[in-house]
Amino acid sequence: MRLATTANEAYTASLAVSELLGCKQCGGGRGQDEELGIRIPRPLGHGPSRFIPEKEILQVGSEDAQMHTLFADSFAALGRLDNITLVMVFHPQYLESFLKTQHYLLQMDGPLPLHYRHYIGIMAAARHQCSYLVNLHVNDFLHVGGDPKWLNGLENAPQKLQNLGELNKVLAHRPWLITKEHIEGLLKAEEHSWSLAELVHAVVLLTHYHSLASFTFGCGISPEIHCDGGHTFRPPSVSNYCICDITNGNHSVDEMQVNSAGNVSVSDSFFEVEALMEKMRQLQECRDEEEASQEEMASRFEIEKRESMFVFSSDDEEVTPARDVSRHFEDTSYGYKDFSRHGMHVPTFRVQDYCWEDHGYSLVNRLYPDVGQLIDEKFHIAYNLTYNTMAMHKDVDTSMLRRAIWNYIHCMFGIRYDDYDYGEINQLLDRSFKVYIKTVVCTPEKVTKRMYDSFWRQFKHSEKVHVNLLLIEARMQAELLYALRAITRYMT
Amino acid sequence: MEKMSRVTTALGGSALTGRTMHCHLDAPANAISVCRDAAQVVVAGRSIFKIYAIEDEQFVEKLNLRVGRKPSLNLSCADVVWHQMDENLLATAATNGVVVTWNLGRPSRNKQDQLFTEHKRTVNKVCFHPTEAHVLLSGSQDGFMKCFDLRRKDSVSTFSGQSESVRDVQFSIRDYFTFASTFENGNVQLWDIRRPDRCERMFTAHNGPVFCCDWHPEDRGWLATGGRDKMVKVWDMTTHRAKEVHCVQTIASVARVKWRPECRHHLATCSMMVDHNIYVWDVRRPFVPAAMFEEHRDVTTGIAWRHPHDPSFLLSGSKDSTLCQHLFRDASQPVERANPEGLCYGLFGDLAFAAKESLVSAESGRKPCAGDRRHPIFFKRKLDPAEPFVGLASSALSVFEMEPGSGSMSWFVDTAERYALAGRPLAELCDHNAKVARELGRNQVAQTWTMLRIIYSSPGLASAASLNHSVGKGSSCGLPLMNSFNLKDMAPGLGSETRLDRSKGDTRSDTVLLDSSTTLITNEDNEETEGSDVPADYLLGDVEGEEDELYLLDPEHAHPEEPEYVLPQEAFPLRHEIVDTPPGPEHLQDKADSPHVSGSEADAASLAPVDSSFSLISVSHALYDTRLPPDFFSALVCDMLRFYAEQGDVQMAVSVLIVLGERVRKDIDEQTQEHWYTSYIDLLQRFCLWNVSNQVVKLSTSRAIS
Repeated sequence: MRLATTANEAYTASLAVSELLGCKQCGGGRGQDEELGIRIPRPLGHGPSRFIPEKEILQVGSEDAQMHTLFADSFAALGRLDNITLVMVFHPQYLESFLKTQHYLLQMDGPLPLHYRHYIGIMAAARHQCSYLVNLHVNDFLHVGGDPKWLNGLENAPQKLQNLGELNKVLAHRPWLITKEHIEGLLKAEEHSWSLAELVHAVVLLTHYHSLASFTFGCGISPEIHCDGGHTFRPPSVSNYCICDITNGNHSVDEMQVNSAGNVSVSDSFFEVEALMEKMRQLQECRDEEEASQEEMASRFEIEKRESMFVFSSDDEEVTPARDVSRHFEDTSYGYKDFSRHGMHVPTFRVQDYCWEDHGYSLVNRLYPDVGQLIDEKFHIAYNLTYNTMAMHKDVDTSMLRRAIWNYIHCMFGIRYDDYDYGEINQLLDRSFKVYIKTVVCTPEKVTKRMYDSFWRQFKHSEKVHVNLLLIEARMQAELLYALRAITRYMT
Repeated sequence: MEKMSRVTTALGGSALTGRTMHCHLDAPANAISVCRDAAQVVVAGRSIFKIYAIEDEQFVEKLNLRVGRKPSLNLSCADVVWHQMDENLLATAATNGVVVTWNLGRPSRNKQDQLFTEHKRTVNKVCFHPTEAHVLLSGSQDGFMKCFDLRRKDSVSTFSGQSESVRDVQFSIRDYFTFASTFENGNVQLWDIRRPDRCERMFTAHNGPVFCCDWHPEDRGWLATGGRDKMVKVWDMTTHRAKEVHCVQTIASVARVKWRPECRHHLATCSMMVDHNIYVWDVRRPFVPAAMFEEHRDVTTGIAWRHPHDPSFLLSGSKDSTLCQHLFRDASQPVERANPEGLCYGLFGDLAFAAKESLVSAESGRKPCAGDRRHPIFFKRKLDPAEPFVGLASSALSVFEMEPGSGSMSWFVDTAERYALAGRPLAELCDHNAKVARELGRNQVAQTWTMLRIIYSSPGLASAASLNHSVGKGSSCGLPLMNSFNLKDMAPGLGSETRLDRSKGDTRSDTVLLDSSTTLITNEDNEETEGSDVPADYLLGDVEGEEDELYLLDPEHAHPEEPEYVLPQEAFPLRHEIVDTPPGPEHLQDKADSPHVSGSEADAASLAPVDSSFSLISVSHALYDTRLPPDFFSALVCDMLRFYAEQGDVQMAVSVLIVLGERVRKDIDEQTQEHWYTSYIDLLQRFCLWNVSNQVVKLSTSRAIS
């Protein structure tokens, strides 16, 4: 019973959305809308992810008890079983924590009204032109009684939300520029001002959805069937897809080509894994012997930081923002890319002076009770998650590799660990992997299947999803650290 | 004996002197430590490492240990400790994982002695053995603890916590071989320095990281721990399993904890985030700090008692780049600012009151009527003669219970359940509700409903039968002038509405212990007042079932409220007409002197002063009109609603608001409405009237509610 109603509502909501968003390419779709009653939408694409073959992904129905509970919880909370969940279930332990946190942020007690929460989610996802998340949350937004007018653009939303636009922008692309003046501006805007608790809630939502957008692109999540681009009313055999161009060059057509080109000889990639493991072993052994000088250590960080700016895939063509989504934010030209091209200086943030465990946690938990705990658990699980395997090898201690990935992401945001030798990053992460990390974290909309395929070729898909979890959590923590430090500075 | 001699040698002759003072550092401090001579303090941070001499009037910089051209991470200190046996020996923990020792006795400018680069991650804490000159312990983010012998180049032994980061390590002051370590996952471990293979004991002390611990300087088994969960816990380690003996709840995560010298139950804490103050707690009194130092403008990162046997000097370093010396006598004492009395209403009108014992005994002596219907119960805390704050701690708790019959709130429940709020024509709703109210003996309320019916439903619709059924009609055309005259007369005598309130409160003062609190209750605490206010009405109705008797009784009830004037009997029906006019000429004199007079009287009384002149004119004018526009009364009705709300009958206010809907809503500001709604809904939910509460939520027009 419940299932039926939810599906119904979701369905009508999605219709409303497609009308609202009035996709030009789908112009022909209008005619179909009238006939919807007799037509059955067919899923487009193949499974929950465009990057991962459907057969690799767990089929609903073949899950074990733990996963089944997770699916049930996810369905109960969201009223759907979305593709993100289906991909994340590679790592049920993390998924559980993820769903719990998301559920709390969106549906449980909190300082912001429900429709605000979804609207902030839309704003955040729109910064990365992630139409997958935008569509989902447009539905949810309308479902909880949000005003459809707001969806026409940020300028139609209340002034209070408009004020948040600037923070959203800076947080998504250059979080190190956040100052206490940003915070002050939001908190002291007379009748449109935010309370501290609301602001923390909003910041957590923004960072959550920025990261989730990274995950969506990083794993090539397919649109949901009830959303634009997720379905077709024509048989899929027709070559001319009615797909909104949300994929930023990731059309299925490309995939086919890349697929054939991407299949480099297996033996090559086999050596990749071996080489990586060898390096890890070496680092482990010689670490104690060879001691780099202090200046050397410092310069390694600077080098890595500077280099990270220039790490970009060669096929970095200009992509115009998808029209549908761009209306939810202003200043579409503002991005991570800008500063990297100009070689802007990223100041160094010392994690020993302001870290999540000691400072961030306490601040969040004080202003938005319980959420600090939930996010803390999520960080922990993501950081410590390991199956002690690497591709075909078992019983491998991957902590060094995971730490390198985590610290590399923080390094891109200028966050430095005094007790880390950044030389390790260069040894462990090869160029194609760095390109992938960099793109997923900073400009997720530009991720292509080719990038996904070209790093760690011998590794399993579940391991690549694992990498993605590390990426999104490290990114979320980096953004949170900057935002929370600014709030702390405002408060003192 | 031994202790005595130590104290005298330490303090004898040259007792510490000084004042509360601070000095500016160049950079934020991460930790401080005091030399055993109590005359020097070392401050360490990311970019500061200096020794200051503590003089009587000021801090004087004595030595800067950061030497060399290039800044090195080895000098970025997370922690610093000064050896308590050797004045020349210091150790620092660096954020890059290096442990450095310093020898002030070195002749060169660079005092750096040894460098241990064994930890892979940040070292969070270093600790010297209290009696052994060469033993140093470190705890690091990598989960290991290492013990160094300063005569050797490498660590002597490594202890693996088998878990996450080590946040603190502390040698026991009493047990030569024992040290405690605290972990990020909430565990505390006890180790024997001779056995690096496994810990002696482990237990979970906190939820989340344990940032700090401190052994009691005298009590062998006591260990204080502080955590991110905002708690300070004191553990008795002498028993088989570590037992929590005290727990202090602070308002922010606890970064440091230090037992206060010579005060067995005192400890000082500072927090990691948000809260910048330093608190000194008496662990037996976990809710209010014994003392508080508020000098710092950013979080305090290090605290140290200046001398191990002097409880009055505390030093602190902070992120705000200052070093402070706090004198205990200058501390602010939150206890003095706390309200020593507590007052709370129970759901069924019971009242609990706690105050200093001396106050209460004086109070109860003054209150002759406190005992008649309520039964005070006294609880006395058992006093521990050893407690230093006996005088403050002894207080008495009195509970005043409602008498079983009168305390019942059943009228509220019944009313809530039986009222009709929507779904029928206004007239029927009003009649129904009036009937409900009357059956429950709440005649004033019933009368109000009837009047509302009359005001808002057009005369044509109101059948004669229903008028008959309703109350107090007697409207004779000859009287209106007198009526208005009456009104005018009343106005000056009445004073103000608030006065009426207060006088009403006074009549009830026997139900409450404190006079001063009564006004507070009537004016501010709408929903709570209900318990003690309305039952009085109910009692009257209950006892005196007959209308005539009620009539006799009612003035009595009304008079104490307005003792200034006495109204002639005839006045009742007359004033009654102010609102009663529209129904037209019907002579039901027999009903005119019904008890409901008192209800309308109360209304009139409360309404009159607001705009008496207005009603004087327009009433007399309107009486000759065939029909008054309902708008005409809206001001009066709104005042009436406010009156009920202020009397504590928020139920009436909300019910009328819902029933009348658009007719009055616009005249009452949104905020007031919201307040009424929330109060009423809260009350309904306390009585588990979920259906009614949902209905009210649904019917409410206030945006914030629905």
